[in-house]
Amino acid sequence: MKTLNKALFTGLSLVAAATLVGCGGSEAKKAQAPFVEINKDPYPSTYKALPSVATLITNANVYDGIGGFFENTSVLLADGKIKAIGNSIKAADDVKVVDGKGKWITPGIIDVHSHLGVYATPDTGSHSDGNEMVKPVTAAVWAEHSILVQDPGFRRALAGGVTSMQILPGSGNLIGGRGVTVKNLPNRVIQDMKFPDAPYGLKMACGENPKRVYGKKGGPMTRMGNVAGYRQAWADAENYQRSWDKYKADYEAGKDAKAPKRDLNLDTLAGVLRGDILVHMHCYRADDMGTMIDVMKEFNYQIASFQHAVESYKIADKLAENNICSAMWADWWGFKMEAYDGIRENIPMVANAKACAIVHSDSDQGIQRLNQEAAKALSDGQRAGIDFSKADAWTWLTANPAKSLGIFEQTGSIEVGKNADVVMWSSEPFSTYSQAEMVFIDGGVAFDRNKPETWAVSDYELGQVAEGDHK
Amino acid sequence: MSKLTLSAIATITALAFSAGAHAEKIAIIGGTVHTMTAQGTIEDATVLIEDGKISKVIAQEVSTDASYRVIDAKGKVITPGFIGAYTSLGLVEVPSWAGTNDSSVGKSDLHAALDATAAVNPDTTLRNISRIEGITSAATSIGYSDTIYKGRGAIITLGDDVDPVMKKRAFMSIDLSNSGADVSGGSRAALWLDIRNALNEAIYAQSITFTPQTEWHGTLSKANVQALIPVIKGEMPLLVKVHRASDIRRVIKLTKNFKRLNVTLVGASEAWRVADEVAAAGMSVILNPESNLPYTFEQNGATLANAARLNDAGVNVAIGMSTHNIRLAPQHAGNAVANGLPWQAGLASLTTAPAKIYGIDNRVGSIKAGMQADVVIWSGDPLEVMQAPTNVIINGEEVPLESRQTKLRDRYLKIDNEKPQQYTRP
Repeated sequence: MKTLNKALFTGLSLVAAATLVGCGGSEAKKAQAPFVEINKDPYPSTYKALPSVATLITNANVYDGIGGFFENTSVLLADGKIKAIGNSIKAADDVKVVDGKGKWITPGIIDVHSHLGVYATPDTGSHSDGNEMVKPVTAAVWAEHSILVQDPGFRRALAGGVTSMQILPGSGNLIGGRGVTVKNLPNRVIQDMKFPDAPYGLKMACGENPKRVYGKKGGPMTRMGNVAGYRQAWADAENYQRSWDKYKADYEAGKDAKAPKRDLNLDTLAGVLRGDILVHMHCYRADDMGTMIDVMKEFNYQIASFQHAVESYKIADKLAENNICSAMWADWWGFKMEAYDGIRENIPMVANAKACAIVHSDSDQGIQRLNQEAAKALSDGQRAGIDFSKADAWTWLTANPAKSLGIFEQTGSIEVGKNADVVMWSSEPFSTYSQAEMVFIDGGVAFDRNKPETWAVSDYELGQVAEGDHK
Repeated sequence: MSKLTLSAIATITALAFSAGAHAEKIAIIGGTVHTMTAQGTIEDATVLIEDGKISKVIAQEVSTDASYRVIDAKGKVITPGFIGAYTSLGLVEVPSWAGTNDSSVGKSDLHAALDATAAVNPDTTLRNISRIEGITSAATSIGYSDTIYKGRGAIITLGDDVDPVMKKRAFMSIDLSNSGADVSGGSRAALWLDIRNALNEAIYAQSITFTPQTEWHGTLSKANVQALIPVIKGEMPLLVKVHRASDIRRVIKLTKNFKRLNVTLVGASEAWRVADEVAAAGMSVILNPESNLPYTFEQNGATLANAARLNDAGVNVAIGMSTHNIRLAPQHAGNAVANGLPWQAGLASLTTAPAKIYGIDNRVGSIKAGMQADVVIWSGDPLEVMQAPTNVIINGEEVPLESRQTKLRDRYLKIDNEKPQQYTRP
């Protein structure tokens, strides 16, 4: 929004200046047409936090999401923010006190790879809105234009402590389109869920999927064909960006410049080259990732994360050098050839190389138990001699995903001033038996396991079997 | 040795590959033993293994003579090896776009007659990957066919045996859910007539001795109808994939007409809604307790409480429906426990419950004298995600905790910057 206002202001000033020149000048100079600026945020967030009251959770154990662990600690949530952390917080009379004795508090989990809404349940053809598989590069499509906010999966994820997620298009295309980061608080329209000021992500995909989809319809049918496709797309985006830069320079020089024709594919790709949009790239194999690092360098953009990166453990040092996060499953493997070398120690081995490790789901089931996925990865690593603490491992669920999505200033850790996106767990959250007992989003109670009246029920579920049941 | 003849050496070699290693005597001493028998759970017990079988379970720590190899299990948890309740283990390496996948049958004249036994690969990479996490045997079935029939599945061991099949043609698997209706003309109106017709034809067929010359005018082929004969006699368990409560009622009704059918429900998302009827019909259920979304209209009632509610009603519940990650069955059971299933029932869902379904409970699924020695020693509660096996014994033989995956891990634990990593032999 800030960018937009500035751009409009600049445009208006130029028009005004030109008009003045036209009126006051002795020579009749042709007035410039209004400056054409692309609105970068035409579908703005209308997110509103739940109503909330100031809440003090007392005497809990806290993983702060950035590696810290504090016992017998209280956390104060007020005005949608984390206001205080410590053991001598004085609560005013109107503050609701929740006894956190024997409970654990963590930042809300952030899943960087979800298809909730774009592949909504019920899993019908009518709801299959995640993969625009009509041509290899569909950077023009935006996941948010496909999301069914009534997907019952959102509430299930909430019961697993997920407070934010990135919803991505599928992986059939080389460049599948824009993802969107949302707060896990479904409302009537998708704009109500959009995480305020979160940057856009761009979904790209390596390897098998684009080959399989396009091999018999015009290509690419090989990995080398895939790479040619990415490179041509970036080259086109550079050309597009140059034409807009030239237009702007000419306009500012007072010329009667004509704005280039908008191309929605290239708008998005140019946004990546400018650094406004973050690339999240589905790549499994180490060699595919190595190639994509070179493509990234050739066109001078940054890959925020490799997603599903089952072979990151083979090149963890290179990922650390290039500042690329890996979003990984704890133990998925073998469903296709590029997943065949998956190992259970991938996540801790990546973290051990000081690369950014993220636990992700890509699943309406996995998203409900990401704490357990981190627990498995942690213990598998420990048995292999990689000894992270539980507090360290929690960074894989909150701080690291928040960083890769560009929302770490707002959420992803329990720190004063951050959004009050907080989970209170029934017990140590690295246990199978632990459950999210209360989930706060911006300080509002989004889920309370002990109060069925707080359980959101999607429109689809109303009037159906087991409406409002334990799910 | 020098006096042995060549044929004797051949015999010894053969033994070493099959039963030879069973000769080792093992004593597991200390630890908490969940016997899954009337003996219950015993603290600080001793389990003796001899000749591939459990020879004794003693409710105290004992000292053994030198003929036993002793495994110290103090502070650990001992369970029967877990049974993969419904898998395609041995039938598939990589399902998608990677060559032959024996768990999937497209165009074939066989359906009920399909036989998983013939396709089982003892060297599957999934064997070691699964067994080092406590899965020691499994029911394996064709996973996909273009009819309602998945044919006849087998029970396999994940031990080192050349022939892993413990029980061939162990069960028949059919699909009476939405996906079954989809391959039956797209409607239950056709599906249910098809299955009733097939079972009726099997009743007629049971008195026939089939030869290539036998006159037979049934709609099923001879091979397919013959395969259904043990099913209608109740000799072969019938696994029925089904979700909707009304469909489950219809399956129960089917068993009123075909009284000897031995039915286990598979999937069964809405089984909790008819839990008492399922219990009264004596049916077991194999389910994924984590499935809590309405993937189709027939699963609108899906809930994490399914396993607990069925167990409350007295239904025998087995957990473990996966192939590549059947090793996650203990986590699934743990989540059922987190949602109301008693812990002991959670453990039973991985051991005695599937054993009972397949009629192999006299052989595996519990720790008592005479049972096949499938025993796992765990670092702690096996349903806890952070615990893992420390020792896995299958058919009386301790298997190394190694797999292709642990080798990949070990190769890359340290990156070699001097020479290509392929020269690192883990």
